[in-house]
Amino acid sequence: MDFSIASILLLDGLTNGAVYALLGLATVLVFTVTRVIFIPQGEFVAYGALTLAIMQTGKVPGTVWLLLILACVAALMDAFAQWRRHHRLVAGLQAALRTLALPVVVAALAAFAAPRNPPLLLQALLSTAVVTAFGPLVYRVAYQSLADASSLVLLIVSVGVHFAMTGLGLLFFGAEGFRNPAFWDLRLALGPITLSGQTIIIALASVALIVMLWLFFERSLYGKALRATAVNRLGARLMGIPSQTAGQLTFAMAAFIGALSGLLIGPTTTVFYDSGFLIGLKGFVAAVMAGLSSYPGALLGALFVGVVESFGSFWASAFKEVIVFTLILPVLLIRSLYSGHSDEEH
Amino acid sequence: MQLSRNRILIALVVLVPLIALAPVPDFWINQFNTIGLYSLVCLGLVLLTGVGGLISFGQAAFVGIGAYTTAWFTLNMGMSPWLTVWIGLAFTAVCALILASITLRMSGHYLPLATIAWGLALYYLMGNLDALGKYDGLLGLHSLTIGSHDLGTGRGFFVLAWFLVLAFATALLNLLDSRSGRAIRALKGGVQMAEAMGVNTFRYKVVIFVLAALFASVSGWLFAHFQRTVNPSAFGLKMGIEYLFMAVVGGIGQVWGALVGATVTKLLDDQLQVLLPKWIGTSGSYEVIVFGIALVLMLKHLPEGLWDFVQSRLPAGRRTVDWSEAPNLPARNKPANGDILLDVRAIRKEFGGLVAVNDISFQIRAGQIVGLIGPNGAGKSTSFNLVTGLLGLTRGAVHFRGQDISGLSSRAIARRGMARTFQHVKLIPDMTVLENVALGAHARGRKGVVSAMLRLDRAEEQTLFKEAQRQLERIGMGDQLHELAGNLAMGPQRMMEIARALCGDPALLLLDEPAAGLRHLEKQGLIQVLRQLQAEGMSILLVEHDMDMVMQVCDRLVVMEFGTRLMEGTPSEVQESPAVRAAYLGEEH
Repeated sequence: MDFSIASILLLDGLTNGAVYALLGLATVLVFTVTRVIFIPQGEFVAYGALTLAIMQTGKVPGTVWLLLILACVAALMDAFAQWRRHHRLVAGLQAALRTLALPVVVAALAAFAAPRNPPLLLQALLSTAVVTAFGPLVYRVAYQSLADASSLVLLIVSVGVHFAMTGLGLLFFGAEGFRNPAFWDLRLALGPITLSGQTIIIALASVALIVMLWLFFERSLYGKALRATAVNRLGARLMGIPSQTAGQLTFAMAAFIGALSGLLIGPTTTVFYDSGFLIGLKGFVAAVMAGLSSYPGALLGALFVGVVESFGSFWASAFKEVIVFTLILPVLLIRSLYSGHSDEEH
Repeated sequence: MQLSRNRILIALVVLVPLIALAPVPDFWINQFNTIGLYSLVCLGLVLLTGVGGLISFGQAAFVGIGAYTTAWFTLNMGMSPWLTVWIGLAFTAVCALILASITLRMSGHYLPLATIAWGLALYYLMGNLDALGKYDGLLGLHSLTIGSHDLGTGRGFFVLAWFLVLAFATALLNLLDSRSGRAIRALKGGVQMAEAMGVNTFRYKVVIFVLAALFASVSGWLFAHFQRTVNPSAFGLKMGIEYLFMAVVGGIGQVWGALVGATVTKLLDDQLQVLLPKWIGTSGSYEVIVFGIALVLMLKHLPEGLWDFVQSRLPAGRRTVDWSEAPNLPARNKPANGDILLDVRAIRKEFGGLVAVNDISFQIRAGQIVGLIGPNGAGKSTSFNLVTGLLGLTRGAVHFRGQDISGLSSRAIARRGMARTFQHVKLIPDMTVLENVALGAHARGRKGVVSAMLRLDRAEEQTLFKEAQRQLERIGMGDQLHELAGNLAMGPQRMMEIARALCGDPALLLLDEPAAGLRHLEKQGLIQVLRQLQAEGMSILLVEHDMDMVMQVCDRLVVMEFGTRLMEGTPSEVQESPAVRAAYLGEEH
């Protein structure tokens, strides 16, 4: 290996690492606010990339129908919950409509625009909107009524959601893989390395998103409310922050980050319905390195994972997954040596 | 009841494998062969996840280790499968030990995450190693035989697999009803209580993780010689998650739930794999959609699983009292009345910049009841936790019976004869009062996991139960031995905690707000019990808010305020102190 190969690998690793970083951040975000270890984060990545891919072909993506079905289920659950509480039909209907409104608008827009071949940027925007709308609904349907369950029960629920979302991905996208067109087909030769437009977009998008997250949590009222919920759910509820809203907002952000990551990696690799899982898990490894609690830690961890993966695939390409996932063990060992004993769950 | 239960189990182990002789169609024999393989893995998960509260998604990887080990050694070294099963178990144990030692010291969710990563890593490793045939796997394994009997296919395999399943289930039931089993059942509620009873919780977590892995490994060994071929697809993360699904469906806390879950899942899986592609029109593994949704629905609406329906209709067996003739447990020698028992020297605890306990000193002499009182937030409970080793000291020292115990773990301190109760009652709701109390005598028993599984621990169990019954009678709960602890009211629960503490044969009893939530009559009963214990020579340290009770039972009081010691004296001295009044009523002083 010489310097030029090393620098190519490094750039490659950092680019992938930037995407893992986004997913790692989403994982940390969801865990701190809701205590959910969100395994299906990667599914949003695949959904995002594939929704755009289907739009490219001029068809209405299956995610649109899935979104409508999920919204109906959530609306029924909301209506039923309201009806049980107040025994009034109108209250139930109102609740159902509130839940339905946004997803229906998004789905209608996507269904309207898709066959008309809008410009790539608009397609990307619509894809992101469709997948983002999944977030709160997934929280509503799968997690909301279990919000007080132990984090281990929530983890098993996550696995169930992962199963269901992967299977539905197969159902709505088919087994075929897609590779999206590049958003910016620039090629910049810098010595031995070639900087592609997509790499620059990935880097810029990651930095922008990290800055936005930082601003959101430090400066905005909603961000502070989420942080308060993360520290103490009951306390936040007593301060007038409904934990349901916090959960749904968090999941919307996670879905948004997932969809964005999907758009970012779509042009660099072929995405299948189940590709998201491995990508998401790598973000996950990064989040675990950061103890599921530190955003800068997750960022560094993700870049590290990306670089290890890219060098691993150079030296022992068959074993790159083995290397990446075994990496978590020494990291956990170090954490266990330094973080001391386990904390009591009560 | 015990005896008849054992007979039923032995009958099951012997008779169920004989179903193979009955004219059952080959199709069903083969279905149940696979179900048997799944059941073995699920039994391990019941112990690990349902009882112990530790989640693993990586059981399929352990199945893989068992399968690949026997495949490689029989194919390449020509070894007998009856030998390779032990090699597989050894490999599995080593891997499980490494994983366990890395992850089990940390909080609950790191183990499942590590098992996901580990399951994936192992899957890709198996799929890429030349020696293991890459994704094609290893082919052409031999069937299991004994003499000329073929045990590797059809009916022969049924006998072997179901003999193992039922033998393991029996061993598991035996384990759960033992000294080790009670310790394992205590793990799920958090480790504080178990540690305070002298249980090495880390060790038990490792033990159940390794045991569950070994169950899976045996399943893999059987699988390899049943299928005659191994490849990575059966050992991936998806399968690991499916095993957990089976256990949850059947009833994750129930031994028989493992069998029910494996059966239901296998039959459902078969139907779905045929029906769904037919409905949808293309082939593909759509059954995961149903599994995923079913898993979420189960956890929401039926967290106890299917077996719970059966269990709740079965008559609850009552333990037969067979220990009245058992010998008493040896007791430690107690300090003579008036000796200094506990010497607390300027202990200090800082949380960041906050000094929660500021150089507190006091002594307890044998036979005394000492009360630690003070307004809310005075640092009483923190001091209490410093003495019992639950929290580490920032400075200072604690001497107990002349020995320095500062810095020891709460388990080590408990084993030296200091027993405690908890401010928020910590009990195991699905165990009887007697079993809960017997947990307090954990450190006085020896028998381990293996003798419990083989039921060689009965003599010792009798001595433990005899002691538990004696302590319950001592505090007046002799008529509630067989009630489920979760069904008790607050008062009896607190009394039960005292009996549990007494079961450890302590020289010093520490009670953390024993009167909290008690009604008037229960409080009177508690006062009587404390006096009676004192008369029998017990020394007691009490943290309590109930002034009435403290003044009635304590010989000396230590009053704390804002982390410092305000005064120490007899109850009447304390009552007359203007400083104490000021502290409680908020006057200037």
